[in-house]
Parts: sequence; structure tokens; C-alpha cells
Amino acid sequence: MFVPLMVLKNAFRHKLRTSLTVVGIIVAITAFGLLRTIVDAWYAGAEATSSARLVSRNAISLVFSMPLTYAQKIRQVPGVTAVSWANWFGGVYITERNFFPQFAIDAATYLDMYPEFVLKPEERKAFLVDRRGAVVGRKLADQYGWKLGDQIPLRGTIFPGTWTFTLRAIYDGVDAKTDETQFFFHWQFLNETVKARFPRRGDQIGVYVVEIRDPTQAAAISQDIDATFKNSLAETLTETEKAFQLGFVAMTEAILVAVQAVSFVVIVIIMAVMANTMAMTARERYSEYATMKALGFGQGFVALLVFAESIGIALAGGALGILLTFPLANIFAGAMGTLFPVFFVSRETVLMQLGASLVIGVVAAAVPAWRAARVRIVDGLRAIA
Amino acid sequence: MSNVPLSYIARNLTARKLTTALTAGGMALVVYVFATVLMLSAGLEETLVATGQPDNVIVIRRSSQTEVQSGVDRASAAIVESLPDIATGADGRKLISKEPVVLISLPKRDSGKASNVVIRGATQAGLELRPQVRIVEGRMFQPGTSEIIAGRSIANGFRGAALGETLRFAQRDWTVVGVFDAGRTGFNSEIWGDAEQLLQAFRRVAFSAAIFKLADDSRFDAVKEQIESDPRLQLEAKRETLFYADQSAALSKFISYLGITISVIFSIGAIIGAMITMYASVASRTNEIGTLRALGFSRASIMVAFLGEALLLGLVGGLIGLVGAAFMQAFSISTMNFQTFAEIAFGFTLTPGIIAASIAFALIMGFVGGFLPAARAARMKIVDALRAA
Repeated sequence: MFVPLMVLKNAFRHKLRTSLTVVGIIVAITAFGLLRTIVDAWYAGAEATSSARLVSRNAISLVFSMPLTYAQKIRQVPGVTAVSWANWFGGVYITERNFFPQFAIDAATYLDMYPEFVLKPEERKAFLVDRRGAVVGRKLADQYGWKLGDQIPLRGTIFPGTWTFTLRAIYDGVDAKTDETQFFFHWQFLNETVKARFPRRGDQIGVYVVEIRDPTQAAAISQDIDATFKNSLAETLTETEKAFQLGFVAMTEAILVAVQAVSFVVIVIIMAVMANTMAMTARERYSEYATMKALGFGQGFVALLVFAESIGIALAGGALGILLTFPLANIFAGAMGTLFPVFFVSRETVLMQLGASLVIGVVAAAVPAWRAARVRIVDGLRAIA
Repeated sequence: MSNVPLSYIARNLTARKLTTALTAGGMALVVYVFATVLMLSAGLEETLVATGQPDNVIVIRRSSQTEVQSGVDRASAAIVESLPDIATGADGRKLISKEPVVLISLPKRDSGKASNVVIRGATQAGLELRPQVRIVEGRMFQPGTSEIIAGRSIANGFRGAALGETLRFAQRDWTVVGVFDAGRTGFNSEIWGDAEQLLQAFRRVAFSAAIFKLADDSRFDAVKEQIESDPRLQLEAKRETLFYADQSAALSKFISYLGITISVIFSIGAIIGAMITMYASVASRTNEIGTLRALGFSRASIMVAFLGEALLLGLVGGLIGLVGAAFMQAFSISTMNFQTFAEIAFGFTLTPGIIAASIAFALIMGFVGGFLPAARAARMKIVDALRAA
């Protein structure tokens, strides 16, 4: 019992300094946790995918579309169980600031393919029978205070004009990973309107979503689909839904790498602060260390005292920081609204926070412990802080 | 009595080198992050603002926001071309360029990951409208052929886009016959080819945008009014400078908000570091403070001396961080712009404003960290201070 008690007493000898250090570590560990969670949120789209779904798009880029007739041909590829499609609408709700993704979907097949969007049966039916109907995620509906039956006008950027939809259903995510910020409406409604106004732009599909029987065959089926449309006017590029989503992440990778780098900078900053605290602490106690050595305690014991104190303080700060991360993440998610559709602190983040606080404690104590262990009894007894 | 001399204050910092280095190092990192992020945001804005020419006007379909989403059919483009306010070039033709702009997905040279690159159908007039664009390697593309020229960032950053290489898209092989440098502008992140060839290859019937130069810059409002009130046209006109600045707004705001939030949170750590250091400095110099007071230095000058020490600490940290950030100017970053969905390369730009802001930020950190310890030093009673062990 002697050692832990001594470490504890030592740690609280300078109450102000220790509490300041703990506060610093709390801030750093919390900031680290939030930054990691932001990075996780970036990958959320890729995490929530199903390995049984493939996405086909125009090989040139997403800006180009594919003809509607491809749906039949893709359905004939062996191993494919269902085909649906979606078009990016890119409308503006009142002002540009209110961004959320909108898709024109082939409603029945699309909702079947995405069981993670949970709809009440009567709302689902109401949406399916209303050509101008829309279904939105719970988070999005809450953000703008939409209720069933509301009229929602969107100003088209790709498809000119103002489009008004009636909210018929609100979906809930099956778990925390599901994106609840999307806006879906009937592709048929979009297509009819576009065809009437710009005949050339009708019957065009942005992406096909393909359901396959056996996920292990994903690569082969993707190749089969692409081979079907080789040398056509709209060649396709088919990949798993995860690869498709990771493609978006890769485009903004530079920002992501920067956020990740910065999340480690805060750990280094607090390491410097903590090392400073430990250096001061050890410097003030050289004479004590010398006394202990004179009493017969070894170098290792003295070093252990410094390490234990440092790690103890760092872990205390780390634990409080982890506890604080959860409420702060909730507040942040609330403030960001639909910008980060999925935002929650993962287990990996907590483990990394714990690991980071341990590393802070160990690194900060390294030099002071070495110095304390090496102090010569005569010099130590003579030393004054 | 006068203030405590500055050299005395400064020498206190060198008395404990490890402590000073660790505290200043923490501040330096915070200032480094702060300055780097501001430089990035400034670099992006500079790039996109420099992309536009002040007397150029860009015409896109109403509320389409970007060139890629826009569509301007030939009839509408012809009506715009007939406007009398368009400048004429040396050969007597009107300086208007009708351009298709699309995105193609290309693999990056280092990682092989795909990103969207702007491909623009250019014309002779289009080159004259953008004097910043110069061919630095190879030659201009031949009109009527499957030849393209690539901006410098694209030629360096993407597979198949360097001089002499070929890219395959829209059922054709396109040879890169030239590399152009457009200074620090967004055009460096584009590929240019012959407008009519690209329209055919992509099976497009409409241009994406029409860009023209005003003969008389002051006529902009009148021309805008004329285009937007014409019932035959579903178009809007914008100054090119404003058009490109708008396109960077969201990304640059995102970068600077994120960066400033992060720096402010990080600075708490550095401020605490400064506080610990200054409290320790005050505590170990209690006798000295008593002596100074006994010699006749006032409470205020003691306060100023310790605050000065903290500010100096902040200044040292700030300068180190700023020097580190200045080296970032050698690098550039390439990412997707959310608004245009296309790749854009931009650098870190250090402006006098950023230098001032970073130093101010460092001094504030020093001040906040040093204030309470300095106040404690100033409040000490002479007798107690002298008596302290």
C-alpha cells in the first residue's frame, strides 16, 4: 500500500499544477476523440453499405447518365436478383445553405433493396401511390420540422424549375449507422416531367443499384455487367456499394488526412505540457530522491515513482476526457444537423483515447524519470529547487 | 520607480531551458495549426478569385450554380453572341467562347484512386479570354482532332495526363499534346480540348456556359439585365471573378471554421502549459519578488514584469510556429470542391493578415496564461515574500 499512497500524495502536492494538467489532458483527449469521430463520420457512408449490393454508373463519371434500357439487361446477368436505380436531383431547399441529398428512385424496388430504411407500412403505401410523394429520413424531418402531408418545394439546379413534393413517409434507420438525412421521391415523376420539357433528357438513369445473390461473386458479376455494355455509348463501371462510397471519401482525402494529422498534433501539444509538469515536479524533489536512495531504495524505484505519478495523472485526465466526449459529440452532432448524417463515438475511438493518454503519461515521464534515477546522492541532497 | 528592465524578464526564460522549450513548443504547434489552416483557406480563395478576369462575364442556365450542371443550347448561345457589348479581338471576331464543361473520372498518379477532373471544350477565343493560360510543354491542340492539353496540376497528379500520354474516354483515345500553366488559378486543374470534338464525343447538343469579354466594363449591369430579362433565355450572367469566388465559398468557409475551432480548443492546452510554467516561476521566485518590492518596484511593475515574461514566451512560440507554417508554402494540396464536385489544386498562401493574426493569437495565449500567475506575484506582501523559504 505504501507506493500507491505515496504516488497519490505526491500527485496532490501541487494541487493547482496537477489540476491544471488534468484539465489540459481532458481538453486534449476530448478534442482528439471528437476529431476521430469526425473522421469516422466521413467514412459512415461506406460503413453502412451492404456487400450484397453493387452500384453501376457511367464509366466516364457520375455526371453522365445511362439509358433506362440497361435495367433489363442487368437483370439478365447471372447472379443478379434485383435491380433498382436512382438519380441525383441536387435541388435547393429555400437557400443553398440547406444542403441534403435528394434522389429520384424507382420507389418499390429501391425501398425493398434497402431494408435499413424502416417505414411504417401505411406510410410506405401512401408514398408508393402518390406520384408527387416524398419520403425523408427522421433526422432531416426533425431538422426542418416537416410533418406528414407538408408540401416541400425544391429549386432544381440540374433539372430546372421549382418542384413541389408532398411528404408521405418518414423513415427511421435500423441502427445508428444508417443515414437519416436523405430525401427520396419517385423517379417516374421526374422522368415524365423532364420528358415533356426536354425529350432528349428522358429515360436516363444516374446509378443502378444491383442486388446479387452471393456477395463472394461481386467481382465476377461486376465484370459481367461491365462487359455487357462494353463499346456502347454509355459504358458502365460497376463496383461494390462500399467501393462506390469509398470513392467519394477518396476525393476529399486531403482534408481527411489533415484532420487526422491535426488530431495527433493535439496529443503532442499536451505531451509537451505534461512533460513540463513532470520535469518541474522531479526538479523540485531531487533532494527527496537522494534521501530515498541514501535510505537504500534503488534507481528503478525512484523512476517508478515518477512514472506512476505521470501515468496516474494522464489516465485520470484521459478518463474524464472520454466521459466528456459523449455529451460533447451529441451537442456537436445537434449543431451540425444534417451535415454529418451519422455521428457517434465508436469503441475504437474510446480505445484510442485511452491509448493516447497512456502514451502521454509514459512519454512525459521519460526524461524526468531518467534524471531522477540518475541523480547522485550528494548532488541531490545539495540541490535546491 | 520605473519598470523592471526587459533584459531581466528575458533572462528568466533562459534560466530553465527545458521548461521554456516545452511551453513555447506547445504554443508553437498551436500557432502552426492556426496559421496553416488560414493559409490554406487564403490559398483556395486566391486560386479561385484569380481564375476569373474582372471584365469577363460568364453566362450559365438560371440557378444551375456551376458550369457542369448548366446547359446553354446553341440558339440561346447565339442570342448571347449577338449582344453589342461584347469586345472584339484583334482579328475582328467577337471575344466569346461557348464551352462544354463536363467531369471525367481519372485515377490519381500516386494512389490510383479516382477523382473528378473538369474537361473543358475550349476555342481560340477562350484562350484570348484567359491571358493567364500559357502552354509550357508541347503545343496547343489542333482544332478538329482528338488532341487535348492538360493543366499542370492534372498533368502531374493524374495517370495518363502527362505530355505524350493518352486518356481514354467517350469511346476515343485522346492524346495529351501540351501542358499548360495557368498560374495559381483553377484552370491548372482542368483538361482542355476542342469544343466541337468534345460535344460530339460526349453526345451533347448544348454548351455548358458562354464566356465573353465586355467591351466596356461599366456596362455590366445593363448587359446582365438584358440577358436575364430576355424571355427567350433561361440564363443568368455573372462576373467571372464573382462566379469563381462563389464556388470556393463553401470549401474555404469549411476549412477556416474547422481550423479556427480546432486552434481555439488546442490553445486551451497551450494556455494551461503557460499557466503552469508561470505559476512555477512565481512560486520559485517568491524571495526575489519580495526583494524587488523592498527595493521599491511597485505592484504594477511586478505584474508587468511577469506578464511580460508570459507574453515573451507566447511571442517565441508564435514565431517558431509561424516559421514552420511558412515552409508549408512549398506544398500544395489537391482535393474535391464540394460545390463543383471537381478536383481543385491550391497552395498555402501566407498573407500579412495571417502573420498578424497568428502573432496576436500567440500573444493572447501568453497573456491569458500569464495573467493569473502575474496577479498572484503582484499581490504578495513584502514581509511574507521575504520570509518565505
